[in-house]
Amino acid sequence: MEGGSASGSASALSNDENLVVSCEDSSSPVGNELELGLTLSLGPKGYRDCRVSYADDSSSSSSSSSSLSRASVIAGIKRTADSMAATSGQVVGWPPIRTYRMNSMVNQAKASATEDPNLEIRQEVNKNRTDATKMRNSMFVKVTMDGIPIGRKIDLNAHKCYESLSNTLGDMFLKPKLGSSTLETDGHMETPLKILPDGSSGLVLTYEDKEGDWMLVGDVPWGMFIGSVRRLRIMKTSEATGKAQMIL
Amino acid sequence: MGLRLPSKVLEHILSFIDSNEDRNSVSLVCKSWFETERKTRKRVFVGNCYAVSPAAVAKRFPEVRSLTLKGKPHFADYNLVPDGWGGYAWPWIEAMAAKCPSLEEIRLKRMVVTDECLEKIAASFKDFKVLVLTSCEGFSTDGIAAIAATCRNLRVLELRECIVEDLGGDWLSYFPESSTSLVSLDFSCLDSEVKISDLERLVSRCPNLSSLKLNPAVTLDGLVSLLRRAPQLTELGTGSFAAQLKPEAFSKLSEAFSNCKQLQSLSGLWDVLPEYLPALYSVCPGLTSLNLSYATVRMPDLVELLRRCSKLQKLWVMDLIEDKGLEAVASYCKELRELRVFPSAPDLDEANIPLTEQGLVFVSKGCRKLESVLYFCVQFTNAALLTIARKRPNLKCFRLCVIEPFAPDYKTNEPLDKGFKAIAEGCKDLRRLSVSGLLSDKAFKYIGKHAKKVRMLSIAFAGDSDLMLHHLLSGCESLKKLEIRDCPFGDTALLEHAAKLETMRSLWMSSCFVSFGACKLLSQKMPRLNVEVIDEHPPETRPESSPVERIYIYRTVAGPRMDTPEFVWTIHKNPEIGVSHLAIK
Repeated sequence: MEGGSASGSASALSNDENLVVSCEDSSSPVGNELELGLTLSLGPKGYRDCRVSYADDSSSSSSSSSSLSRASVIAGIKRTADSMAATSGQVVGWPPIRTYRMNSMVNQAKASATEDPNLEIRQEVNKNRTDATKMRNSMFVKVTMDGIPIGRKIDLNAHKCYESLSNTLGDMFLKPKLGSSTLETDGHMETPLKILPDGSSGLVLTYEDKEGDWMLVGDVPWGMFIGSVRRLRIMKTSEATGKAQMIL
Repeated sequence: MGLRLPSKVLEHILSFIDSNEDRNSVSLVCKSWFETERKTRKRVFVGNCYAVSPAAVAKRFPEVRSLTLKGKPHFADYNLVPDGWGGYAWPWIEAMAAKCPSLEEIRLKRMVVTDECLEKIAASFKDFKVLVLTSCEGFSTDGIAAIAATCRNLRVLELRECIVEDLGGDWLSYFPESSTSLVSLDFSCLDSEVKISDLERLVSRCPNLSSLKLNPAVTLDGLVSLLRRAPQLTELGTGSFAAQLKPEAFSKLSEAFSNCKQLQSLSGLWDVLPEYLPALYSVCPGLTSLNLSYATVRMPDLVELLRRCSKLQKLWVMDLIEDKGLEAVASYCKELRELRVFPSAPDLDEANIPLTEQGLVFVSKGCRKLESVLYFCVQFTNAALLTIARKRPNLKCFRLCVIEPFAPDYKTNEPLDKGFKAIAEGCKDLRRLSVSGLLSDKAFKYIGKHAKKVRMLSIAFAGDSDLMLHHLLSGCESLKKLEIRDCPFGDTALLEHAAKLETMRSLWMSSCFVSFGACKLLSQKMPRLNVEVIDEHPPETRPESSPVERIYIYRTVAGPRMDTPEFVWTIHKNPEIGVSHLAIK
């Protein structure tokens, strides 16, 4: 059964953070791959998948739609619905069965499959159907910081290097949220501290990898890091030294 | 100045009033009644989380103990609402944590709940007892672990069909050894295996545990061991029911079930092998609720099971039951109140299951207490609908899904107008109705006229023109929720009946002919409606007459919301500002 990824998780932001974040990104052109990890955005492809396409798909957004007679559009809906039902059943959200149950049905179909040449197509279709509304290209991992009871989540795919990750984490954890007192304000307020691998700021960033080991962030190439990271933790340097010795 | 009831007396009187509808009426009498009522309300229900602001609710009801919220529109269940639309639980949790720390129960449906939310709940409400999340998403098993670890008096933890990021089965081990208060645990939607020894210990030390729903990763052996420790269970959701068939395994299972003398509800049964079903026979006579909708059990085995369930009130099953099986249900399960029949094949061309309209007719004839129906079927007839309406005028919920869009009565080739007319006219207590099949505007004229108590109406691929919507909005006195997809109407009817929309909770229309111009007009005309256009393309870049992809209109006292994503366009009340993502006041 597909457990599904946790989409829609960046809900804990106040509007102020939205503004901060969007200022930083104002230089990126629309359509840039570097999406903000802290806000949700739906890539065009993901969104398109959730629409029912009419027989004249392209017309729904062009000005020629007003020239289509109602009857022909109804016919279009009927044709499309029929053809869709006949071929791959790809009318979105029809029949009205919850995603959870749909996944279950697909898994059972897999289990009892014989040599059904259409089975793979069907499974793909169902997978696409259920994945249509999921966020694309996001990789959210949990981040906790010692001394702060509430953890956060960050989209690693929004970053391409350690520095950008470190900056974002700094913003998240070390800058006080306006109007909220969830952070300890013991001197971190004045200087925007960075979490550096050399631990010179008093804090160090570590991650748990696929094997369950805790490693210092920054030792391996970014791509390798992305491939093995499961969650992040910001520790005090004093603690980290002890742990690092254990790893080594 | 008339007689005034001392507020203490009024408080005492109000302590007997539970229904929120009544309490809402009480609060309208006068200011002092409003004040007394609001200070004594313990259970708050918000059917649309955007209809009112969290701060307003927290301020008005400081003594709230139980909060129930619903987020996304119902059609989100079928992937019609894109990800990121909204429905965030965080602002509510935050507001409650600040003002109502005595909150004990939170029930959320179709909302985005993050681990932060769950951690905040655990940290903020000292006497937290009940968490029920239905069709929610956005959190991981870490959040669940936080609840388990911190809420010392936790009684209910239910995850119903949620999409959870599963980081493993450790969360279960976070229940401390001192926690003995669990009454209900449902983790059926999680994938990962939990440590069975942890679960055994937890079950053993919670003497009040009455409802346990396992996930498919729990094996039959595990189930047996758990049942031995909790024979007092009244509700059970099994894990995977498949295992290598061994005689000792079967007899152990049988014995374990026969010791559960209070079992009333049974669900789960994934991958059930028919050979194991007889192990359940001992509990059948006591069952009132049976969910076989994930069990690929076929006919003769199904009947063998069902004919023993004489007390059954609720049955969820797949179309594998066939007409024959439903005929058997009609004769053995005389107490049946609710029937749901789901399709077994994801694809329609594979539908050659012998389940037709006749199956539902059998049950309607034989089960006199039947009041709630959800039925998926490839095609239907007017005659069947007429019979159902005649036999079961006590129906409260009738949801028929004729799987083939636009399918007419397959015997006469006519639209199903007459059939649904009979349902609307005959079933005077109908509260919820879903229609399907080929339907003309006439069908909706009947529904508008006769369905006086229908509160929720779902329509797909139906109607001929704007008249359809006109009929519905000018009739249907009790209508609160209307959801429509792929129907050929729009502007005229919508604008004409704008006032009606303020008497409803919400209206959803997708793939219809509602133009952007009409949306603008509607929004500017009706200050207390949020008109949301959900469309990939900015509506202003197209002619005003071009149809928008989806609209979601709901009444609200909170104004336009501030958390819309880029594909949701709020039409500002001020015509000069036009359209925006963030409504700037």
